[in-house]
Amino acid sequence: MLRLPKFRLEEPTTVEGATALMAEHGEDAMVVAGGTDLWPNMKHGLFEPKVVVSLKRVEAMRGITVDEDGSLRIGATTTLAEMAQSAPVQASAPALAQAASLVAGPQLRTMGTAGGNVMLDTRCQWYNQTHFWRKSLGYCLKKDGTVCHVVAGGRKCVAAASNDTAPTLMSLGATLAFASADGIREVPVGELWKADGIWNKKAERSEILTEIRVPKQAAGHRGAYGKLRDRGSIDYPLFGCAVRMDLGEDGAVAGADLVCVALVARPLRIKRVEELLVGKTPGTEAFDSAVQEVADLAYAQAKPMDNIPGDAEYRRELVPVYVRRTLQAAARGEGPVHHV
Amino acid sequence: MRVLTLDVNGDRLETAAPDHWTLLEVLRYKLGLTGSKQGCDKGDCGACTVLVDGKPVLACLTLAAEAVGSKVTTIEGLRPAHLEGGGTGVDPVQDAFDRCGALQCGFCQPGMMLTARALLNENPNPDRTEIQKALSGNLCRCTGYTQILEAVETAIAESTESEPPRPAWTQDHPHVREDAL
Repeated sequence: MLRLPKFRLEEPTTVEGATALMAEHGEDAMVVAGGTDLWPNMKHGLFEPKVVVSLKRVEAMRGITVDEDGSLRIGATTTLAEMAQSAPVQASAPALAQAASLVAGPQLRTMGTAGGNVMLDTRCQWYNQTHFWRKSLGYCLKKDGTVCHVVAGGRKCVAAASNDTAPTLMSLGATLAFASADGIREVPVGELWKADGIWNKKAERSEILTEIRVPKQAAGHRGAYGKLRDRGSIDYPLFGCAVRMDLGEDGAVAGADLVCVALVARPLRIKRVEELLVGKTPGTEAFDSAVQEVADLAYAQAKPMDNIPGDAEYRRELVPVYVRRTLQAAARGEGPVHHV
Repeated sequence: MRVLTLDVNGDRLETAAPDHWTLLEVLRYKLGLTGSKQGCDKGDCGACTVLVDGKPVLACLTLAAEAVGSKVTTIEGLRPAHLEGGGTGVDPVQDAFDRCGALQCGFCQPGMMLTARALLNENPNPDRTEIQKALSGNLCRCTGYTQILEAVETAIAESTESEPPRPAWTQDHPHVREDAL
């Protein structure tokens, strides 16, 4: 039996009410939306806020709208199931719908939210454990301890970003709106991250993610998400990759992006992908060999560590396999890619 | 501690619990509804699945206070809801699970049946893949999945008046006597 530690629950009904509560309680407060990440972590003794501000009753933060210019506005407490099944998301950002459809299992997608997946705590097999387990090991860098069990002698936490939708939003050039008592600020999702597993976001814990804005994609936009996992449900990614591939009028690649997750503390954009793929037409040998080059590039740049479950060498060998399959799926307008 | 007015299985129930109590804890330890099982208690296993406004969610990761204002259905409410809808006996899903032997230890069964009921309410005639996907958040540690899937298909066969599936254990076994089925 795992019990939650004691806290006081606040249930504001407006964003202003929520930001006022966060300002009032400072570091004693945390926000919760779906609770599928925070509650297990609190049951493991990883967080002990005195006040928890629930966003569930803030109606204004829920729902998906399409702007006149074709961009999407996704309220942060929209559930992952709603996002995965949303016709506008499937049509204009297929990789995002695919990634949302692969997060955890059905019940968790009904509860977990779009914003919560972006703000997900980093994960590590030495961290996401009960207090008894962690205490027996002498704790770790991320919580209560001074040593890292992943990197011997490591001084920096390398817990892994494990959010399926974050790399997808990066590949789509999405923007996040954060609300605080000081007002609203917008952050491009690619600029949110820092390489620190303890807290991998350049946002204060008191700031509330209220909305995700996905700009209108190019006319020939294609996208796909690939997820390596142990089981066909419930699991966090052992490796994830999001692909954006924009095809020009001539059918050749005009723009591309590849962002991977479940490696280090921040989602990792693979460099030089676009220059390798641009000008190649899917279905041709030139395209296939460019895809293989990108897969080799990912193999060189993405180095899985022993931070999350799953043998690191196995995960590393499957990086180029998943990158190749996801790129080909995006080119065909298919996806998601997963072997279980 | 706060007073909670919950709508559980059509009953308006008043109880009191601290803010940090989950819906599962209130159901089991305040309301005495122990049909919802406390398994992993951290969102992996699905044994605590209940329906909130008709959708399967995990009661171990839902605060009781957050369920105020929603309709909660637990396994105890399946038969009353079936009777209220004009049916007789138990819910067809429960009946099919019983007849197909879709349980070994039985711990996952309340969650399995509620998830199956929610699926059939939304889609009365799902295929095997759709059933598997819908039940993929409910683990059976005895690994008795085959009979569970057959039970859902049996419930579907009855509601659509079609031929129920032949149990997997009789397939590839030509020596099983027809009268044993």
